[in-house]
Parts: sequence; structure tokens; C-alpha cells
Amino acid sequence: MQLKFVNNVKADITADIVYMMCPMHLLKLDEMIKKMDKGQILEILTDYDGALEDIPAWCQKTGNEFIGIDEDEDYYKFYVRKLN
Amino acid sequence: MKCYFDHVATNPLHPDVLEAMMPYFKEEFGNPLSIYELGTKARDAIERARASVAGLINAKPSTIVFTASGAESNNFALRGIAIARQAHGKHIMVSKVEHHSILNAARFLEKSGFVVTYLPVDKYGTVDPDTVRSSITKETTLISITHASSEIGTIEPIKEIAAIAKEHNIAFHADGVATVGNIPVDVNDLGVDALSMAAHQFYGPKGAAALYIKEGLRIVPLIYGGIQEGGRRAGTENVPAIVGMGKAAEIAQSEMSRRIDHVRTLRDRVIEALLRVPNVYLTGHPEKRLPHHASFVVEFIEGEAMLLMLAMKGIYAASGSACSSKALKSSPVLLSIGTPTALAQGSIVFTFGEQNNNEQIEYLLQEFPTIVSRLREMSPFSKGWQ
Repeated sequence: MQLKFVNNVKADITADIVYMMCPMHLLKLDEMIKKMDKGQILEILTDYDGALEDIPAWCQKTGNEFIGIDEDEDYYKFYVRKLN
Repeated sequence: MKCYFDHVATNPLHPDVLEAMMPYFKEEFGNPLSIYELGTKARDAIERARASVAGLINAKPSTIVFTASGAESNNFALRGIAIARQAHGKHIMVSKVEHHSILNAARFLEKSGFVVTYLPVDKYGTVDPDTVRSSITKETTLISITHASSEIGTIEPIKEIAAIAKEHNIAFHADGVATVGNIPVDVNDLGVDALSMAAHQFYGPKGAAALYIKEGLRIVPLIYGGIQEGGRRAGTENVPAIVGMGKAAEIAQSEMSRRIDHVRTLRDRVIEALLRVPNVYLTGHPEKRLPHHASFVVEFIEGEAMLLMLAMKGIYAASGSACSSKALKSSPVLLSIGTPTALAQGSIVFTFGEQNNNEQIEYLLQEFPTIVSRLREMSPFSKGWQ
């Protein structure tokens, strides 16, 4: 899957898991999405490089929308819209 | 008679705590990550314990990370927070009266390129908030101060220092190992960002401890490899010990004021009586000190000799920090409050608890002056002194 770079996305909720390793990015994603309403946007902050592949793939597999990523100084911001 | 007066070393397990732990040694042995009932029951027990520990310090359960010891919590906090914030600066501050789990972690960071300020203390071992303020640089990212010294009992002005740290956007960690469960600790009132605590300091088991990490504070894990504790502390949880810590926290919360009254009465009696023995001096602050803590230096004799002779009489006490005691070197804490090296050798610390009573105190007050006299008779300094 090709990465989409975005900026100024307004998220409804943020999960900061910077410094947490695999598989915390997927567990946190799953945990947060379950708590959210359809249409809401989740922002995940992580410095784990594996998330670049895993989060878009997770979105494809679960039918949620991968909006894109924004690169900060020392971590990534991933944006996911809950569809399911 | 046996008198255990070393409650900063460790406390006996409360019987109700042991009872709460037992099922998790036996039938409820599941791994909390397992998805079947044995696992979910262990997971639920950990979460109940987390809520109880959080309640003891007025925190949210999600801010509690279980660890295995106070020393681990301190290492985790100092290294984890300093490294997480190093992009913003590499200057940290600790006091000179910290436990070695802070001091040595700071030395490790120093070797890794951080700059560390070791804050001085006054004659009571108190850190001056103005010194903290004037030592802050643009590079300062973390301050760690003990809530109370287990060696001299002094309670530090944590609230004032935390406010200064907050003003400058500096993370603030307090080592609460000697205070949590023994005196009221409210993380919101104190304004700390992180706080270490250990169960065996409040009648819980050894092997269970915790670090409070305020929401939003980033920390680098000390142990990688699993998703336990939100990925912040990997390793299969010590479920019985964590359950025990939760139960001990509940009891500490409900029993605290009664416990404080009990030990304070014993402590005050001992301080008043032992200060009447010639050339015995109190260490630490006379009022702002742990309610169960009486610490002294005894001139012309050596702490280890006092400990041995007290132990022969069934009285168990301490002399400085455990590692200083083992290494037979002067306590850095006593030296930092200006105690002369020779006098610092005569350190003796009595710390009281639930099971101590007036009869035991009577016995101590009867035996201690005799032991001091006997040791002084043997001391090479005695002629000069008399």
C-alpha cells in the first residue's frame, strides 16, 4: 500500500505511544477504534517504524480508512477514520 | 525479647495481604495474557490491584505501572524520562540525599552524555526550592527528589519543587518509596509527574512496586519484549505480589491515621530519651520527618558495632543505607548534611511499625545507653573524650 502524507488533519482523539514497541501500535489502534464512534478520526503518535506498514494494512484488513501520515520531528502521526 | 525496629528495610506482611495473595499462588495461577478464564481472572485481579494502588495516591488506575521493586521504579523513571526528553535537553537534577537507585542511575546518564546537577541540602537534609530554581538551565528536562529520605527521615518540600518544575516545563519525579502507604500522598496535590513506590514498605509483599506516570508524560521502557503494562514494562506479571500490593494499599489507606498516631508516639519517646544520652545527636529534620523514623549519630563509636550488640539483645535496627553499611563506608547522605566523617560512622536508625509497642520501647531505652557506654569504654577515643 502506498503511503499518503497529510497535514493539518483534525483528530477527535489522540493516542501517544511514542517509545512503545511492536505490537503496541496495533493493540492501541484496536483498543481506541473500539471506543470511538463511526466517522471519528484517531491520531496515533508513534516512533515505531514498523507502523508504516502495519497501520495501513490493519486499516485495509478491518475496513477502516487510513487517512495518511504526518511526520513530526522524531515521530509519526497516523490518522485513521473509523468506518466499521 | 525480639524488637524489630527496621521498618524502612522492610515490613512484615499483613495477614490479610497474605490471604488475598494465596489463591494466585495456587488455583488462580493463569497468565494474565491468556484469553481463557484462568487468564482473565488473573488480569482482572491485576486491574483491581491497580485501582487500589491508584486510590492510595489519588491517581487514575491507567497511570500506574507495576514493577518489581522501588529501585526498578526509580531506574525506570530517571532513565526513561531523561531519555524520552533528551531532544529538548540533557540536563537533569537530583539531590545529594537520594537513594542509590537514583544516584547511580544519574551517574549512568552522566556517562551517557547527560549533565547532572547534584543538589546540595541543608543540615537537616532538606533541598532548598530556591537552589532548585537557580540551578535550572535551558537544557533541564528532569528533576528527581526523594519525598523522604529513608536514612534521616526528612520530608522534602516536594510540592514547592514540583511547582517550580512545572513553571519551567520540566518533568518532576519523586521517590516515594519511604512515604507512600506511610503518610498521605496525593499526586495531584503534590503536582508530581512521576512517583515511585514499593509494597513492602506498607505491609505488602516484596517483589511488587509501582511507578505512577502522569498522563501524557513520555517514558522509554526499561524492559522491552511484551505488551504487559501497556508495553511500558514487559515480562509476565507477578500476579500474587501485585494482588498483595493492592490489598496492602487498601489497608494502608483505611488504617493510615491510626498507624501514624501509633508510630509517632513511639518515635517521639525514643527521640526524647536517646537525646538525653551524652553525645547522641538526631539526624534529619526534628519536625518535618517520617512519623516512624528516629535516626541518630552516636559520637565515638561505630554503627556496625552498635547494630551487632543490639542484635545480640534481640533489637534489630539499621545503620545508614544498606549498601553503605555493607561497604563499611560513610553514608553519603550523612556527609551531605555536614556530618563529620568520624561521627557519620556512628549512625543508627530506628524505624517503627504496627507490631511495636511501649514494652519494646522500654527495653530499647534500657539497653541502648548500656551498649553505648560499653562500646565507648572499648573505644580508642574514650580517653580523649573523658
